[in-house]
Amino acid sequence: MKILKIFMIIFLFIGFSQLKSDEKSNELKSKILKNIRCLICQGQSVYDSESDFASSIKLIVDKKINEGFQEYQIYDFLREKYGDWIIYDPQLNKNTYILWLLPLLLFLVGGAIIHKIIRKKNEK
Amino acid sequence: MKNKFILLTLILFIGFCFIVFYKGLNNSNTYIPKISNKKSIPIFEAKDFNSNAYLNSEKIFEEDIFYIVNIWASWCVPCRTEHPLLMRLSKNQSIKLIGINYRDNLNNAKDFINEFGNPYSQIIIDNDGALSVEFGAYGVPETFIVDKHKKIIKKFVGPINQEIVNKIKLIIK
Repeated sequence: MKILKIFMIIFLFIGFSQLKSDEKSNELKSKILKNIRCLICQGQSVYDSESDFASSIKLIVDKKINEGFQEYQIYDFLREKYGDWIIYDPQLNKNTYILWLLPLLLFLVGGAIIHKIIRKKNEK
Repeated sequence: MKNKFILLTLILFIGFCFIVFYKGLNNSNTYIPKISNKKSIPIFEAKDFNSNAYLNSEKIFEEDIFYIVNIWASWCVPCRTEHPLLMRLSKNQSIKLIGINYRDNLNNAKDFINEFGNPYSQIIIDNDGALSVEFGAYGVPETFIVDKHKKIIKKFVGPINQEIVNKIKLIIK
């Protein structure tokens, strides 16, 4: 009877940890799919789309997660096949310098202008 | 003077925006990634269309010749328009055509081949579209040129036409 109880506990523990890991991989899958653009749809992510292209990508992402790929490895794989455009979050590279640095530049220029105006006012 | 400068800057800015947006109107909505460097064909295993036996990519692309990989489906209307061109291309001895049957019903696909002819030296089945993703395809029809070193050197999204056929012929020369 005692042995049966121990077996039951082990069985339940394995079941729960399996459920937990499934939940984690589903979360990761949703996160990745939401960050992938459906290239044949109008403004939809792969997560939101039901197109053939999106369902193939969903399948591939699922397969890669099961193979033990990390999130960035899946993005790299898709980037290699379809280019940077497929990922919503663009990487910092020579093509995206302006995209990343322009807000910072505008912030600095704006800050300098405001600083100058305030200084002028104070001088008066 | 100051007001004139502001007005001029505003006009220049609006003019710049107008030109950018006007140019943007002429751009195609279809995004096609540039293949900057030659990519190797993916390593895969797929079912043969006729025998249902599993074949690997090494076996399919075993010869040192140019291959044309064409993704098609019986339900795809543009595939019908490009099919006669593929039939003509298949007569060229220096290339081999590999067909990837994309998300199709096998019986319908066989009817399609029986009706329009078979330009492919080998057809493989891609039931879930995963193999096409490995090639970097969007859907059907799509055509790739694979060179003698098993690298994808060119990709054509959509049905091929006479102009593309001429380009293919120039590349494989």
